[in-house]
Amino acid sequence: MSLLEVRDLVIKFGDKIVVDHVSFDLQAGERLGIIGESGSGKTLTSLAVMGLLPDTAMATGSIQFEGTELLSLSDREMSKICGNRIGMVFQEPLTSLNPLMRVGKQIAQPLRNHRNMSLKAGLVKALTLCERVGLPDPERIVRAYPHQLSGGQRQRIGLAIALACNPVLIIADEPTTALDVTVQREVLKLMNELVAQEGSSLIFVTHDLPVVSSMTEAVAVMQHGKIVEHTKVDDLFAHPRHDYSKKLIDTARATEAEFKRFASGAPV
Amino acid sequence: MTRNRTLNIGLGLVAFSPFMALLSLVWTPYDPLEINPDVSLAKPSLSHLLGTDVLGRDVLSNIIVGSRTTLLTAFLAVLICMVVGVIAGIGTAVSPRWMETPAIFGIDIILALPTVLFAIVLAAVYGPSTFTAVVAIGIALSAAVAQVTRREVNVILSTDYVVAAHASGSSTGRIVRRHILPNIRASLFVQASGASAIAILAESTLSYLGLGTTPPAPSWGRMLAASQQYLIIDPIVALWPGLVIVITVLGFNLVGDGLREALDPTLRKSAS
Amino acid sequence: MSILTGADIADELLTKSTVTLPLIAMASVLALLFSIPLGMYAALRFRRWDGIATSAVSQLGIAVPTFWVGVILITIFSVGFQVLPAGGFPDEGWSSWASCVKSLALPAITLALAQGAMLMRFARSATIDVIQQDYFRTARATGLTRGQALRIHGVRNALVPVVSVLGMQISTLIVGAIIVESVFALPGIGQMLLQDVSIRDYTKVQGTVAVTTASVFLVSFLIDVALNTLNPKLRQRQ
Repeated sequence: MSLLEVRDLVIKFGDKIVVDHVSFDLQAGERLGIIGESGSGKTLTSLAVMGLLPDTAMATGSIQFEGTELLSLSDREMSKICGNRIGMVFQEPLTSLNPLMRVGKQIAQPLRNHRNMSLKAGLVKALTLCERVGLPDPERIVRAYPHQLSGGQRQRIGLAIALACNPVLIIADEPTTALDVTVQREVLKLMNELVAQEGSSLIFVTHDLPVVSSMTEAVAVMQHGKIVEHTKVDDLFAHPRHDYSKKLIDTARATEAEFKRFASGAPV
Repeated sequence: MTRNRTLNIGLGLVAFSPFMALLSLVWTPYDPLEINPDVSLAKPSLSHLLGTDVLGRDVLSNIIVGSRTTLLTAFLAVLICMVVGVIAGIGTAVSPRWMETPAIFGIDIILALPTVLFAIVLAAVYGPSTFTAVVAIGIALSAAVAQVTRREVNVILSTDYVVAAHASGSSTGRIVRRHILPNIRASLFVQASGASAIAILAESTLSYLGLGTTPPAPSWGRMLAASQQYLIIDPIVALWPGLVIVITVLGFNLVGDGLREALDPTLRKSAS
Repeated sequence: MSILTGADIADELLTKSTVTLPLIAMASVLALLFSIPLGMYAALRFRRWDGIATSAVSQLGIAVPTFWVGVILITIFSVGFQVLPAGGFPDEGWSSWASCVKSLALPAITLALAQGAMLMRFARSATIDVIQQDYFRTARATGLTRGQALRIHGVRNALVPVVSVLGMQISTLIVGAIIVESVFALPGIGQMLLQDVSIRDYTKVQGTVAVTTASVFLVSFLIDVALNTLNPKLRQRQ
């Protein structure tokens, strides 16, 4: 049995269909990239797995996780899985953290929810987690407010929160898009290490093809709410089947080539 | 009828009072001032649909005629506050710094002083009357209108096409006429309906406190004040004046909300 | 026109404020106590019928004149159930504090209802704002239900706009107090003002209004200070 089975997922806003019969499987330990432009429905798909769709959205179909049908769970039942078996990392590090709460307390939140830890115990564990995500001086960080940290540091906090309870599935929604380029690489490297250490599955949502190739083995290409191609990463680059996938690859290659030319000083 | 449900309900409620006011000009069930001690504090019946007060005056007739007082006061007050407010708002926005600062200071002071308090001070000097109520409410509300208008005008003044017009030599008057007035028209309607709601509440409160229209002209607020002593005998008399006030004010609030929705659907519904 | 010395007026103000100030304090606390939870509830049930009903009730609440609410409450609780006095205040003052509280109960509730309706709308829109924030989503991603996430992360954030609105409402509260004192025949500052108006004591009215306005500014300032402690971001900037 797969870890995650999505069948015919349809997400609508009123009459507008934004995710159109999406189906895919994810095995334990597998890493899947979901790639597409904005508006392709990739973020909504990942939110649907976590039960975090906005109130105005309607989801139908089936999302089976470890044998449980997620779409039929109540808010309370779903909250036992979020942050526990499934962890999520979001795109905007600044707005994803509560500006009025110290960062350590936010890291301790999943531990208090699912491991029954007191705030004190949670804060102690938060120190360990800060070290794990490569933050120097955890004592100071844990007492800081989000606006006192840099973008890269905030995103590491986001990782710490997602990993706190050792989830079997990690969903990352464009986690590095809002970061500076140099920081991006560091955070991606960190994510790679952590996911490998945990042995968890990963769903990595992004619009950036080169990033997907460094982080995942399989990739699903989404366009207009549908999955148009779903293969191994190497196969996609070697033999893209759908026109859209070809376009994505060509654009990525062209950007890379242009970047190389620019870096070498030749006239653009 | 527009598709906007809020607006429709609001307009329906709002139409209630002017209808009564117009009706009162031609017909009322009884003469509201007619004293009839035999039927003092009568319960609602077929002959007196809403009962009578302590002097035997028909409640329904008094409410119908009372609408005149309330609407007249509110209408005049809103007229004053919109005219003064808009002029002040546009004026302070387009005028040079040295003129602007004291004017803004003045507006802030008036804003800080609540309507009723202002009316109290006026009444202390000139005695309570419809006039003092109108002036007090009008001036107090004009500060709020001025502030909101000024903010909006400032936004318009900073748009590219106005800056361009200014640079190409259009006079201030021209810019006001061509660019500012048409663009604030919609928000002025919204503000006017909000101001009407506040004016009606203020007028009835002032007349309850004895600071508004003087007897014997019927007025909703004063009817309520008078009926308070007799609650033990006839609790229902107090119900009717309040009810009409609520209906009218609610109507104006809904009209304001409905207009805001209709004119700018991107605005989230929040308390003004 | 009576000409009172400065000392007399100060004395009178002091005595009367032992009625008015507790009234305003009680009303503010009651208003916050009921408007914040109700506003948050209305936001949580945003599209469901009980949420819509709750916000409809608040729409009604801001359309109702304060004095009418007072009279209705008198009708129900004083005339009907006869549990609370219809007006007046014990002559002995706060030495018999139980009956003082009883006398202030209905007036405070009246004032609280009027203020609360307005505050509830702000609480509701502030909460809806919070629900739409990214950090609310993160909180739920850590395993909190919407209600839990709101209680832990939402209250403080929703409180900030509500408290600042309360600060701006101080003058409305004072006006409300004047009205309520008139409805319930309470010997407070409001009643004193109205009496002075009827005898045309212009100087005294002017003086009282000046003192009141000054204290309004003072309270607004204190509320600003309170807001700063609630919001660490503002603290840093200073």
